This record gives sequence, structure tokens and C-alpha cells, in this order.
Amino acid sequence: MDIFSNLALGFSIALSPYTLMLAVAGCFLGTIIGALPGLGPSNGVAILIPITFTLGLDATSALVLMTSVYYGAMYGGRISSILLNIPGDEPALMTTLDGYPMAKGGRAGDALVLSGVASFVGALLATIGLMMLAPLLARVAFLFGPAEYFALYLLAFCTLGGMASSNQAKAAIASCIGLAIAMIGVDNNSGMPRLTGGSLHLMDGVDFLVAIVGLFAVTEVFSFIESKGKSSSLGVKLDKVTIPWKDIFETKWTMLRASGIGFIAGILPGAGASLGSFLAYMSEKSIAGKDGGFGTGVPKGIAAPEAGNNSAAGGALVPMLTLGVPGSGTTAVLLALLMTLNITPGPTLFTDRPEVVWGLIASLLIANVVLLLMNVPMVKIFVRVLSVPAWILLPGVTMISFVGIYSLSGSYFDLLLMIGFGALGFFLRKLEIPTVPVILGILLGGNMEDALRRAMVLSDGDASYLFSSPIAIGLWIAAVLGFVAPMFLRRILKKPERVAD
Amino acid sequence: MQSDRIFGLVVLFVALAFMASATQIQSSFLADPVGPRAFPLMIGAVAVLSSLVMIFRPDPNPQWPTLPAWTALLVALAVLVGYAFALKPLGFIIPTAIAASVISFQISPRLLSAVLAGCGLSVGLFILFKFILDLGLVAFPSQFTGGG
Repeated sequence: MDIFSNLALGFSIALSPYTLMLAVAGCFLGTIIGALPGLGPSNGVAILIPITFTLGLDATSALVLMTSVYYGAMYGGRISSILLNIPGDEPALMTTLDGYPMAKGGRAGDALVLSGVASFVGALLATIGLMMLAPLLARVAFLFGPAEYFALYLLAFCTLGGMASSNQAKAAIASCIGLAIAMIGVDNNSGMPRLTGGSLHLMDGVDFLVAIVGLFAVTEVFSFIESKGKSSSLGVKLDKVTIPWKDIFETKWTMLRASGIGFIAGILPGAGASLGSFLAYMSEKSIAGKDGGFGTGVPKGIAAPEAGNNSAAGGALVPMLTLGVPGSGTTAVLLALLMTLNITPGPTLFTDRPEVVWGLIASLLIANVVLLLMNVPMVKIFVRVLSVPAWILLPGVTMISFVGIYSLSGSYFDLLLMIGFGALGFFLRKLEIPTVPVILGILLGGNMEDALRRAMVLSDGDASYLFSSPIAIGLWIAAVLGFVAPMFLRRILKKPERVAD
Repeated sequence: MQSDRIFGLVVLFVALAFMASATQIQSSFLADPVGPRAFPLMIGAVAVLSSLVMIFRPDPNPQWPTLPAWTALLVALAVLVGYAFALKPLGFIIPTAIAASVISFQISPRLLSAVLAGCGLSVGLFILFKFILDLGLVAFPSQFTGGG
């Protein structure tokens, strides 16, 4: 079997004592980051990328470390969702719906362990799905020419925009901001500077890391200053932590179903983990019916979104690795990580650098096991992290962001840009304009334009070439549907409100 | 209503300015059918359309910060900008301690704990970055330590 020999290759890389140590350290660090109120997987990983880059780790080690942090942050995020009713990021919102009521009902420990097991199941199944599906999709992806890639990028913007915001125009503006920023700098094809306003600092373009750290981390700091860090108080007591075998056993089908739903949602480019946890929760809610008691703190209400969320995170890696199109904010950050390490995701990644792909997959499996083992006995330590006050945490986040960006280039200009992105992110957030499409635009803008221009070179300027293959037509239709359909579905699929105290 | 309209107008003007400057992009002898101008113009056009939607079909106003919160945000912004300029000439420790203290004070207005948090973070992070992670940071400006 191909998969097993590939997996053996992956484990031979990921199981060396050094990378194993990195995986454990990454999981630990990631869980803490995820548990800290106000830091989630995306901004947590974002502020660490520049620092990891400066450390000079080789590609595989850096990848192992950061994916462990990423998975760890996903695990840790549920701690603040359940105990504080503060979701670390958007997909974790669904976990608060039943997690927080259950914790308030005196079963905080059970809720934490159950959600940990559900995360494990979701992530494990998704990683297996990734191993099966990614090589197949990579083979299909070889059929993609520039016209198909252009349509695919468009699809990612449309679905992400459609899902991420309740207002399509705002999502489109966000994508345009990102794409416009990506245009700044020297044009790849003609070698002429574009839209730099004559500034030498802008000749190289805007570094996507600067934008990501600004939009995610610095914006968070501004938001905390506005709210004075009010929302972070530990309202729930955690007593003895035992393993709720009965709940785990009773929710096994829920976990499996939710993992399946989450994985499929994750594969859709642009849809990502939010959709995964949302669909998993809603479908389990309707299966359970009115007597299921969803929203009052039932085990299934915790298992479903956690399995769905983590499974979607794994599923989102499929389009990210095979096509270079991220499915969510966090995978966009991971794409940024790969690009920083000079790894270009795409079908050729599977043939040219199998050690990276399979090393990554093996380290995902390892991280998953480490996290489960780490989280059950050590959950009390992570809970203590929640009580780190905002007035220490947020200045710390700011300073780490500054050091990270500063050590990339040593220029004050990037720091100013980062602050500017932070301020922009604050306004965008206030106006409910999603920031993830901005990031996606900056990451993919150059590739998208290249695809368009190469397609036009191939067809000698004939625009109908963009619609000439069945794959391209399918992607265009999916893009239009992905943008338009949420407008109509929004009335049917209303997101549940957050639980109020 | 108003917020979305104002932001829509801002986007509209920026998008038009973006398109105007995109038309000024120089082509080179390496010509391709699309050229360096078309894609920026397309982005600008989409942004113009979306901004018009925002102007004519605005969402309800968000809850904007109160005046004291705005002041706190502006102070934080100014401090961060100053920090960006100070980091190179003044070394890591002193600007970081000041900036972190101010940010901390803006989140929780207790002077003593803010200063302690700032100094602690500054020294702690310096030790972490310099000695454990081995990043090239300078603690103090060279005049203080008497060397380069």
C-alpha cells in the first residue's frame, strides 16, 4: 500500500527525538495559547510565525512545531469556551452553547474531558481522511491549468466571503482590500513597480506576516483596550477531573457523524471550521429533536461541535495542501507559514517533497495523541492559565508581535504597517467586515493575478478560455453559488445566539 | 446606518484613487495580453460596486467606543507608533517597559501593577528572546554600554 509506505516515511521524520520534543513543546504551548482568553489558533499561530522563522529551524521541524501549536490551540480553545463562555475563535462558539451550561451545572471537568475526547476523535478521523483523499485530489489537481486556478481562487473568496459575513458586500470589500494590498510592489511579469506611491519601503510589497500579525494580534489588543478586559473572569469552579466513560460511550455515534460532517465542510475551499462545527451541532440537534435538550448542557451538544470543528480543521488541510487554497482563517495562517518556509503547496508538493507532506501528517497524528494524553491529566494546569489577567497578557502579546515582526526585517516601517493593520482591523471588526478575506487576498492575490495572466497568454487574450474546461465551469458555478446561496440560506439556518449569563 | 455609509464612501474614494493610480502603472517591453493594469482595475471595480451597496443598503450602526475608550485607544496607538520608532535607537528594554506599561494601564488603570507588568514583561521577554531563543536583540543603546 502506498499510504503505509508514505506514512512510514512520515513517521521516520516525525519520530526523531528532536522533532518529538518539538511536537510535545508545541502541543503544550499551543494549549496554553488556545486557553488564554483573547488568543485563539489564528492569532496565536500568527504571532509565533515570525519568531519561528527567525529561529532558523529547518522546514520540517518548523512545520511540526507550528502544526502542534495549531492543534494545541484548537484543544485549548475549548477550555475558555467551556469555563468562561468566551470562544477563542469563531468555530469554538458552538462549543459554548452546551459546554458553558454543563460547566455551570457543576460538571466542568466532565465537559472538558468529553470535549477533549471528541476533539481527538474528530482530528484523528480527519487526519485519516486527509491521508486517503489528499493524494487523490493532488492527482486531480495536476489537471488544473491557469484558468482552473483562477476560478478556484475566485471560489475560495466567494465561499469564504459568503460564510464569513452576514453581508456579501462587506465580504467583497474585505477581499478587495486584501487583493489590492497584494498588488503593491514590483510586478512579477513586467518587473515594474506598481502602486508603491514612490516609496522604496513598498517596492517589495507588503509582507503578509505583517498584515496577519497586525490584523489578528494588534486588533485584539485594541479591542481589549476598548472593553477594558472586562469579560475575562473565571465564573465556573473546576473540581476533581474524572473521565466520564458513560458520556463518552453514549456520544460515540454523535462524534462519528459530526466528524464526517465536519470533514466534508472543511474540504470545501473557503468554508472551513466554522461551518463544520455549525453543521455538526445543528444536525445533531435535529437528530436529537426537541427532547434532546440541546443548549442546556447535554454531552452530545459538546461532542458534536468539538468533533466537527477539529475534523473540519483537518479537512481544511486537504485543499490547502493539494491546491494551495486555505479553507479558513487558521489554515490561511498555516499557508502563510508554509510560504514563509518557502514551501509552495500544490499538487507538486506531493511528488516533489513527500517528506514534508507525510512528515506533516505524521506529526498531526502524533500531536493528536500527545494532546489527548496531555489534556486529561494536566487540564488543571491549563485552567490556571485562564486566570492570567488581561493587563499582563495583552501587553505581552503586543510586545511578542513587535519583536517577531522586528526580527524579520529590522525596519520600523514594517512595525508601523503592522500597527496600521491593527487599527484597520479594529474598524473592520466594528463594522462587521470580516478580516479573514483580507488575509486571504494578500496571500493569494499574486497567484490569482498570475493565473489570470498566464491563462490569457495561453489563449492570446481570449477571455472565453476562462470557461473552456468542465472543471473551470464547475468551479465558476460553485463560486457564484457559494456567494449567492448564503443570502437565501441565512434565513433558514440562523446561528444560535450565545448563551447569556 | 451612518457608519456604513461613511465607510462605504471612504472605500469608494479609495477604490477610485486606486483605479486612477492603477492606470498610471508603466508597462514594459515584456508585454502580455492582460498587462499589469487590468487586475488592479478589476479589483477596484468590484470594490466600487460593493461600496455602493454599502452606501445604499447600510447595516445598523455598530456600538462605537465611548469618548474615554477612544482616548485610551489613541494613547495606545500613539505609544505603539513611538515604540516602533524607538526600538532601534534605544534598545529593547527601556522602550518595551514603557510601551507595555502604558498598554497595561489602558486595559486596567492601576499604576503600580501596570508599571510592574511593563518592567516584568520587558525583562522577561528580553531574557526569553535573547538567551533562550537566541534572537538578535539589543538591550540598551550602545552609548549606555560604551561599545558598539
